[in-house]
Amino acid sequence: MSSTALPAAVPMQAERDDALLRATRRRRVMSKIVAHGALILGVLIVAFPIWMTLVGSTHDAATIGRGDVPLLPGSHAIENYATAWNEGGGKSRTTPAALMLWNSLLMALLIAVGKITISILSAYAVVFFRFPLRMAAFWAIFITLMLPVEVRIIPTFQVIVDLSLGNTWAGLIIPLIASATATLLFRQFFLTIPDEFVEAAKIDGAGPLRFLKDVVLPLSLTNIAAMFVILFIYGWNQYLWPLLIINDRSMETIVVGLSKMIGSGDSQNEWNTIMATAVLALLPPVLVVALMQRWFVRGLTETEK
Amino acid sequence: MQKKVIFKGKLLPLALLAPQLAVTFIFFFWPAGQAIYQSLLREDAFGFSREFVGLENFHEVLTDPSWVNAALNSLVFSGFVAGLALGLALFLAVQADKSIRGATAYRSLLIWPYAVAPAVAAVLWLFLFQPNVGMLGRWLNAMGIAWDYRLNGGQAMTLVIIAAAWKQLAYNFIFFLAGLQSIPASVLEAAAIDGARPARRFWTIIFPLLSPTTFFLLVVNLTYAFFDTFGIIHSLTNGGPAKATETLIYKVYVDGVQNLNLGSSSAQSVILMILVIGLTAIQFRAVEKKVHY
Amino acid sequence: MRRRHLAAGAIALTSLISTPFAARAQQPVEIQFWHGLNQPLGGMLEQLATDFNATQAQYKVVPTFRGGYAETAVAAIAAFRANTAPHILQMFEVGTGTMMSAGRAIKPLHEIVAETGVAIDPNDVIGPVAGYYAAADGKMMALPFNSSTTIAFYNKDMFQKAGLNPNAFPATWQGVEEAARKLKAAGIACPMTTSWPSWVMVEQFLAIHDVPLASRANGFEGLNTELNLTNPLMVRHLTNLVNWQKEGLFRYAGRDSAGDALFPAGECAITFASSGVRARTVREARFQWGAAMLPYYEGVQGAPRNSIIGGAAFWVMNRGPNARRTPEELKGVAEFFRYITSAPVMAKWHQDTGYVPVTRSAYEATKAAGYYQQNPGADVPIEQMLRGGDPTPNSRGIRLGGFIEIRNIIQEEMERAFQGQATPEQALQSMNTRGNQVLRNFERTNRNN
Repeated sequence: MSSTALPAAVPMQAERDDALLRATRRRRVMSKIVAHGALILGVLIVAFPIWMTLVGSTHDAATIGRGDVPLLPGSHAIENYATAWNEGGGKSRTTPAALMLWNSLLMALLIAVGKITISILSAYAVVFFRFPLRMAAFWAIFITLMLPVEVRIIPTFQVIVDLSLGNTWAGLIIPLIASATATLLFRQFFLTIPDEFVEAAKIDGAGPLRFLKDVVLPLSLTNIAAMFVILFIYGWNQYLWPLLIINDRSMETIVVGLSKMIGSGDSQNEWNTIMATAVLALLPPVLVVALMQRWFVRGLTETEK
Repeated sequence: MQKKVIFKGKLLPLALLAPQLAVTFIFFFWPAGQAIYQSLLREDAFGFSREFVGLENFHEVLTDPSWVNAALNSLVFSGFVAGLALGLALFLAVQADKSIRGATAYRSLLIWPYAVAPAVAAVLWLFLFQPNVGMLGRWLNAMGIAWDYRLNGGQAMTLVIIAAAWKQLAYNFIFFLAGLQSIPASVLEAAAIDGARPARRFWTIIFPLLSPTTFFLLVVNLTYAFFDTFGIIHSLTNGGPAKATETLIYKVYVDGVQNLNLGSSSAQSVILMILVIGLTAIQFRAVEKKVHY
Repeated sequence: MRRRHLAAGAIALTSLISTPFAARAQQPVEIQFWHGLNQPLGGMLEQLATDFNATQAQYKVVPTFRGGYAETAVAAIAAFRANTAPHILQMFEVGTGTMMSAGRAIKPLHEIVAETGVAIDPNDVIGPVAGYYAAADGKMMALPFNSSTTIAFYNKDMFQKAGLNPNAFPATWQGVEEAARKLKAAGIACPMTTSWPSWVMVEQFLAIHDVPLASRANGFEGLNTELNLTNPLMVRHLTNLVNWQKEGLFRYAGRDSAGDALFPAGECAITFASSGVRARTVREARFQWGAAMLPYYEGVQGAPRNSIIGGAAFWVMNRGPNARRTPEELKGVAEFFRYITSAPVMAKWHQDTGYVPVTRSAYEATKAAGYYQQNPGADVPIEQMLRGGDPTPNSRGIRLGGFIEIRNIIQEEMERAFQGQATPEQALQSMNTRGNQVLRNFERTNRNN
């Protein structure tokens, strides 16, 4: 618009532009203040439940039971966390948090590592080989995207029961390690590896397994890290499946154990130790996100495409 | 898309594929088949007698008022969760995009609820809204609002929506921020020079450019609300009071696990599978569009 | 065939991942025992198993807490289908109908007694309890252990504060209503609440008023039974409860045992709960309290009479659809049963917990020891259960298939009434309709067993 203005109008136009510029700048400063205000408010709202959980985990049961939770931490943190860690939280004290954290860690790691391993292997096979039924195999994996575990939960449970895998680590983990998304991601990435690399490897006399180990895996490290963050959280946060599969309290994961502690949510529970358990339950995955943020964002935006 | 240069061999690739295929067949296709098979049967709890009943289970489910109730609950729940989580995330992302300097810091402070398990999120919000011990619950009661989500269905629904949306906010924020930051600066400058007011500029220029992201997120959010929120409902309300927060996935669980009515539960699973296939198809369309853009 | 292959592979996998099993040649026969009791009762129950294990070396009873009663029941049935059922299952009274129709999933108590020759005397079990767990031919199917009934608990301090006589709990609902109003006037926020809304306010309520809950003698006479919840007395009571809730006299505290916590904590002045809540109240209450029989409506023909039993019984399960127990295992179970039903053990359990003494010998032993004189109110549950002589068909008990689900339906519909989404009549009508559907399903799938 301004470029098409007539020459005669130029001085006036410049003056107006100047005013417009000042107005725009003012508006920009204002809008930045609004932006920061809104964001700080957003951060506070997002953090508030966690803050109150932290506070709740540092008071004694009676203070919370009376309904007088203050806004600031109290002085009972050590004993609450010690109780939760050694004996278990809530009134029933079924499983110590230390054991449940270990179970969760094991589950999350095995799921993440398992998913990444079998996905890399199958993506590698699909990309670097040509064999009968290649596309059929690919589609068989691909179509599982359409069947989240929650939808087929009861029949999958039946299968586990038929295989006598109920209440075992294998039953808990193996059904969760098939992953179409991870396979797709690695396939996509492998396709970008230049053909020259393969040719060079062939000339060097390197076989496919060697090529996988020496070339493809090192190139995939960032992708693997990104996937790991996402899958670790996925594994850690599993709920319905462990709830069904595990009925041995010594194999309880912390997310399920925490939920069992609150029972029907009655006010006479030991909220202080429950809140301590809640903090312990959310700390590991939150730390993973915080410390590996770069890979996390990358993993998220790439897997979900 | 295919590689031109490949390795030779037939057995090795099959061996590499074997673990993934085995898991897929045993834990995806076999159960899916079982679900369909079971949905045509009626069994007692102990599995002694089975009777082939054809589509009777489906007929019963679809005409059951409590299934219709669960379907409606699912719609209300996922609609509000998606609306709330998308709206707030978009708003915050636009704000963060304005001041690029602080954007990453805000992002760090806003994204971590993604890592919190739905069931844990439920416990956090329960602790705030419990009518007797929760700070906000007591405050509401002191204000004269009879707050007890254990008895009031609307309040129970509100609470599960808040907890579910809170957790999903982070995810949406990351995608919206990425979407905003990928809009070329020249487009924005041109719009600014144009003198359009910011609000108008947003709705006429930025939002349409974001629409593929929005559409993609909408599908993801709906899927999340439908399937991943079981832990929230199970921990907070158990589907109650009086089935006010019973969603379709929760009902599958109640009928299959608690009431041991495998036929009906399987029929519901099959219906859900059809639903997911529909949603996934839509999602692929969305992804295609996104790629185009 | 393919299945077996898969299974073999999967088992190989499991053994890789799970800890290897040590050889168990010299170890005692393990008896798995799943229970559904929270603390402190769960601990007391597990102590019994420990005590039993200490008395001999041949058998080892391994108790496991499996969540609430309903969860425990569901887990056991799933485990049965998976060939991993526990030997002993603590099943709450609601599941009795399901277990009675469970055919070869269970090993009836009378068969165990006959096969093992271990001396457990069914005639020692008190009448109303024995009747509840007997098959049509009168033979005992399960061992009742922690049987309870619902009674009223009230806070004497609060009664005093409201100017009520702390030593006399009103016998009728009319009296309770009046008392609640006074408690409210005295500034007590929660004059009355209840645990187990369906058990207390529907099932027990109808039994003590001698009104049938379902046709065919509450289901005792066959699976073709139908609910009778729309009767005028039930309408009257639910209407009252809803009105009392609106008025602030009654607080609905949630399903199942959710209301248990409110009384010992001193929040509510009156509660109606399992007599087993006594243990928790003794431990936690920091106030004077009393126990009393459930109130009834004055002027109802036949009321008041005995309440029915609740709590749980021990059922012996086969391991799986085609896996029986060995004589050795059954012997272990029988020895454990004999131990826990012996007069001193049973009497102690009764006194510690507030559960009903299920054997005459335990009751007599407790009486002879002067326990009821020293602990006034401890005999309320058993007195209430024996009130009015032999039980009528309406007060003998309830034996409905799928009763766990029906109880949930009853609770859901009560919640709808309390929320004002349905009138009491509509809620009761809906309980009938939905409950009958469950009954028909159960009848259909269990016809051939």
